[in-house]
Amino acid sequence: MGATPLLEIEGLTKTYPGVVANEDVSLTIQPSEVHALLGENGAGKSTLVKIIYGLVRPDRGTMRLNGAPFAPASPSAARQSGIAMVFQHFSLFEALNVAENVSIGMETPPPTRELAHRIREVSETYGLPLDPHRLVGDLSAGERQRVEIIRCLLQNPRLLIMDEPTSVLTPQEVEILFSTLRQLSADGTAILYISHKLEEIRTLCDEATILRRGRVVANCNPREQTAREMAELMVGSALQSPGRSNVTPGAPLLELKGLSAKSSSPFGSELKSVSLEARRGEVLGIGGVAGNGQDELLAVLSGEQRVEPDAIQFGGAPIGHLGPNARRNLGVLAAPEERLGHAAAPEMSLTENAMLTGSVRMGLSKSGFLNWGQARAFAEDVIQAFDVRTPGAGNAARSLSGGNLQKFVIGREIKQSPQVLVVNQPTWGVDASAAAAIRQALLDLAEGGAAVIVISQDLDELLEISDRFAALNEGRLSAFRETSELTMDTIGLMMGGAHDMEVAHT
Amino acid sequence: MDLTSINPVLLIASLMVAATPILLAALGELVVEKAGVLNLGVEGMMIIGAVSGFIIAVETNSAALGFLFAALGGMALSLIFALLTQVLLSNQVATGLALTLFGLGFSALLGQNYVGIRAPSVPDWNIPLMSDVPVIGPILFQHDPIVYGSLLLVVAVWAFLKYTRAGLILRAVGESHDSAHALGYKVRRIRVAAIAFGGACAGLGGAYLSLVRVPQWTEGMTAGAGWIALAIVVFASWKAGRVLIGAYLFGGVTVLQLNLQAAGANVPVEILSMSPYLITILVLVLISADRSRAALNAPAALGRVFHASG
Repeated sequence: MGATPLLEIEGLTKTYPGVVANEDVSLTIQPSEVHALLGENGAGKSTLVKIIYGLVRPDRGTMRLNGAPFAPASPSAARQSGIAMVFQHFSLFEALNVAENVSIGMETPPPTRELAHRIREVSETYGLPLDPHRLVGDLSAGERQRVEIIRCLLQNPRLLIMDEPTSVLTPQEVEILFSTLRQLSADGTAILYISHKLEEIRTLCDEATILRRGRVVANCNPREQTAREMAELMVGSALQSPGRSNVTPGAPLLELKGLSAKSSSPFGSELKSVSLEARRGEVLGIGGVAGNGQDELLAVLSGEQRVEPDAIQFGGAPIGHLGPNARRNLGVLAAPEERLGHAAAPEMSLTENAMLTGSVRMGLSKSGFLNWGQARAFAEDVIQAFDVRTPGAGNAARSLSGGNLQKFVIGREIKQSPQVLVVNQPTWGVDASAAAAIRQALLDLAEGGAAVIVISQDLDELLEISDRFAALNEGRLSAFRETSELTMDTIGLMMGGAHDMEVAHT
Repeated sequence: MDLTSINPVLLIASLMVAATPILLAALGELVVEKAGVLNLGVEGMMIIGAVSGFIIAVETNSAALGFLFAALGGMALSLIFALLTQVLLSNQVATGLALTLFGLGFSALLGQNYVGIRAPSVPDWNIPLMSDVPVIGPILFQHDPIVYGSLLLVVAVWAFLKYTRAGLILRAVGESHDSAHALGYKVRRIRVAAIAFGGACAGLGGAYLSLVRVPQWTEGMTAGAGWIALAIVVFASWKAGRVLIGAYLFGGVTVLQLNLQAAGANVPVEILSMSPYLITILVLVLISADRSRAALNAPAALGRVFHASG
């Protein structure tokens, strides 16, 4: 290509106290190119795009946009230069409607009525139906992403940055997103696509830049590489896939019979007649788009939300009315999705956090008095067994990186040798090698005769470790099917697929 | 008991006077909370406004200057709160409580030499023609400028939050400061401005007590009006119109129970005295009973400390 590149980055360096986030990073994006930015958590992808979007100033290095020097002082300056960004954690406001959300992300928004009209127009052009007057709090994750994308498109960007856009979408929604992105690219917009889902990048992107520990380690054409090769470039070593010997499932351990429960949050989903049966030695996978009842299901299984005694049975005995500690005593343990604030108390040390869920089963307290020595030994045991990188058990949970804290939180439950373990998003935001370790630990636990229920939005993860799979859709759980018989299409249909889009078209 | 001694026209006119301090303070706090900040120092800012407005009005013999400095005094105190919570990231609940205690004590110190003096009077503005209409005239059109101003402020706050871009940004900051920051809005600056506005409104409300309603300076004269204003904001589910209803309801029951006491009603005085608080809270709880709707209107980032990262 002889034309001027759209964006040229040279020698960009940004250090934070103690960490080099980006070191001498260079990359070039051509107009209409779909460019992938790959790397593990903490590789420096977020810092790099924040620099391009004007949220962070680099220490050294230059950027050129269309050949002219480019150093945005604020996101607003970046937007005026034609750069738009769709955030991983949406920058949306639940209590505002779609039009207000779009308006607030624009430099010079037109009057509300005209804006609503233009939102309809753009959403039809790109096949992303949206009603401008609906509250964002009532939208699904896929629809929320459309709000973000349309907000960007209304400003006619030349470069669209997308940070992990598919992590919350069903396979059908991913297809729709990809066709939108291809259409945009054909219209001349360049796309910088951040992801760690390698198969997606292979189908969508023209170029890939791989970051590791803040440095560019490779540039490649993703269509000519295998996913495994790219993964190994990201991690910097050979990857091990989790595996286990075949186990035949034993007797049913935990049963849910037609359980219904209201949600405690105004934007949550109500559980409607959920039935499942978890047997010894098997891993149940529960998929579905976020916000379809996952949090509620975990709350009901862990005992945070009590239900009718008979709705949940453990080894034939009713336990629906029991609270979390009574269930722990029986061997029904759970690890929720939110690491900081739900699974662990952020300001408390790892020892204290180990005490919080471990005191019942590990005998860490006696007639109301706590045995800190034992709690510390238990925490250190978890740290060692699960390779949690921390200076010691006395450190606050908040000081650990997401992946390390996740290993601790999951390890803490596994070490209590549960009969039934329920986990929600066990590897969310965890890098590839730590994720593999957590999955292996869950498989080992099942092999040892426990029943494991994994709730996750990562379909690849569920296909890799679960024996049977079902999906949550608007609070309803589909029937379980053997994972080995599933295809992506059937999974998409089980998850409710894109049916909401057809409705929106009419 | 002689109920005929209670004149409904005078009753309604005086309930508006009784409600104005709370209405002003609650409107200010509504804007502060919509920006995601919980300032529990309303009582302290009101009483600082009451004393500073009273001192300036007495010294200059001008009620107008008194109100101006009351607003500035309330704003000054609120800016201490802004410095502590927005720049030094202290806890909003503790800081707000401290602000109330500080305001009560400091106002007593400032006002030592002003106890027992009368304030310069605030003239009523009788709206020509309209004020002569029977019944409606005395109720609506024979008030002082602050009462009219407070009603205009209800409309202004409502329209600002609903129709202006600045209002939209303010609500967005109160809804999710992280999202607003990611979009490039100056979360801290917007919040400081909202806090200052809230302080000025509370100061005006306090001065209305010491210059019009009582009109004298006595220690601790706000007597919990700031706390009622805070409660009204929450139970009015952060809506300007409902704040007006709540404040006037409180003012109305206050005036009514005073009239009943004067008329010699056969009810213990203590029960009459507590009735405004009970009835206001009861009615507003009933209005906001639909919990999911109320939660929608509550600013999601209320009281959370914002720390810009990266």
